[in-house]
Amino acid sequence: MLPIEQFPVLVVAISLLSALTILLAGGVNRKSCFFISLATITFQFILSIFILRHVLTVGTIHYWLGGWRPPWGIEYVVDVLNAYVLIIVLFLSLLAAIYSKRSVEQEIEARKLPVFYTLFQILVTGLAGVVVTGDMFNLYVFLEIASLAGYALIAAAGGRALRASYNYLILGALGICFYLLAIAFLYSVTGTLNMADLRVLLPTLYANKAVQTAFVFAFIGLGIKCAIFPLHTWQPDAYTYAPSAISVIISTAMAKASIYALIRVIFSVFTVDFITLFPIFDIISWIAAIAMIFGSILAIAQFDLKRMLAYSSIANIGYIMLGVGLSTSTTLGLTPALMHILNHALMKGCLFMAACAFIYKADLRDIRDLVGLGRKMPYTCFAFLLASLSMIGLPPSVGFVTKLYLILAALDAGEYIFVAVVFFSTLLMIVYFWHVIEIMYIRVEGGGGNKISTGEAPMSMFIPGLVLAVLCFIMGIIWLIGTPLPLMDAINSGLGLGVVP
Amino acid sequence: MIEWIAQHIFEKYNYWISIVIMLIGFYAMIAKENLLKKLIGLSIFQTAIFLFYISLSDIGTGWGLRFGTAPIIWEQGIHEGYMYVNPLPHVLMLTGIVVSAATLAVALALVVRLYEEYGTIEEEEILEMEMGIERGT
Repeated sequence: MLPIEQFPVLVVAISLLSALTILLAGGVNRKSCFFISLATITFQFILSIFILRHVLTVGTIHYWLGGWRPPWGIEYVVDVLNAYVLIIVLFLSLLAAIYSKRSVEQEIEARKLPVFYTLFQILVTGLAGVVVTGDMFNLYVFLEIASLAGYALIAAAGGRALRASYNYLILGALGICFYLLAIAFLYSVTGTLNMADLRVLLPTLYANKAVQTAFVFAFIGLGIKCAIFPLHTWQPDAYTYAPSAISVIISTAMAKASIYALIRVIFSVFTVDFITLFPIFDIISWIAAIAMIFGSILAIAQFDLKRMLAYSSIANIGYIMLGVGLSTSTTLGLTPALMHILNHALMKGCLFMAACAFIYKADLRDIRDLVGLGRKMPYTCFAFLLASLSMIGLPPSVGFVTKLYLILAALDAGEYIFVAVVFFSTLLMIVYFWHVIEIMYIRVEGGGGNKISTGEAPMSMFIPGLVLAVLCFIMGIIWLIGTPLPLMDAINSGLGLGVVP
Repeated sequence: MIEWIAQHIFEKYNYWISIVIMLIGFYAMIAKENLLKKLIGLSIFQTAIFLFYISLSDIGTGWGLRFGTAPIIWEQGIHEGYMYVNPLPHVLMLTGIVVSAATLAVALALVVRLYEEYGTIEEEEILEMEMGIERGT
């Protein structure tokens, strides 16, 4: 009999201990750092699978830190939503860790390897912490742990990455300060920090100005961390100049953990009853629609492949936020948004892995230089091809499933304009992804890539990408069959969604 | 009128001051071009939030009430009607101070690295140099 009730805290504590171990072991043997980190993240991932199974069969896990009862002590709560996001975050962290082995050897000085992997492990700790915690202030601490490690890791690439990291730090710190202010307002009217307790105490205070101000601060603060459209300015630079493995982890695991935090605060702390008092979701839907168009148009204008993917991420955050915005007016609830959290993580992880593999082999950052790579790096390019087809929405890929469900949700809600927005942004996606695929596979003449004689990227770099690319299609079929839909229904009913009043 | 001012401004002057300090910090973060001055702004902003939290924990000020004491309950104090302040916001802000110190440390390290790389910490000049590099290649 496994003590599964203890697992939520183990996911965080073991990771933190391992970060320290990596630093110490790095003094003795630099090679060991990677393996300790990989072993820890694998172990965390296995724990997260047990957690999901337990949550589905037995029910929500409550862990009281130090045995202090909530609302006084810190509580870790893992329900279906947490468990689902925890698996995504740890799976992508695991693949990013495998991917980091060779890319980091090239990009980071050997003497800095122990520090790099320590920070990497701290980043994973922070992300896992954000996902399992059930306490507002604890969420703040973990967000800050993850962000601080993230700033340092982005800056590890040197050069341009320094300014990108600095801008991210200023905006990120501001966002987290806003979130801290939101906690202050909530604490001043309720006297509690526990999410479940806040949910019980807040309904009588919905008319209170302090609660409304708290919502605005929390939304903007966490919105900066998620790079929601007008607050995204730090994101393209950070994704573009970060070291390869870090691009992969911050664009997938970190972005998804932040979005989870936003969804948790909106739906679990403030609840649907509060949101529907104001036209908040209309605003979110429209912002999301603008993000979907704006991100795609800017992506078309880019020549740098990683920067193009970064702008595409802004558009995809728009997809998730559109799912959130439509959630109260359709019977599908949060399903499209939750789907896209997984789907986008799979697709964008694969695309970034491929883009960074081009940089690793031949320092090819410019899209116009990728001529003929389809023949020189067949596996990497094949992974890229599959993921971009999925992004465009080729059935039965995950991208198709998201778009299908978003359109169904928009039709169900009667907001036909958003159906048009989804179609239009898909057209724009076809433009910029097809441009890359055309250069990679079809074009023969010109471009710097043609002259370079490169072989395939190392195994540890293309296999995670291929795994993700194949998963894009397998997961798409699984979504269409409908196996995980009961899971989504459980999340929706837990948050009071899925019923249209 | 005077009562209104006394009630809303003088009794809650610490909140007003925390808002003013917060906005000063916010202004510095947005308007200053110097990377170090931006960080000073960030630090001021965070300090204002700490003041806001500490103000929350206080009970009754001046006007007839006793000031809150440290949250230690002792026999005599209970009889004399001492009130203690809420200790939790103080504890939260201990964590907050640690976090802000860590943020500042990372940020300062970044500024040092930026200075090594570009030889300046003015944002404009760094941007100009980056544009120059882009055109050069």
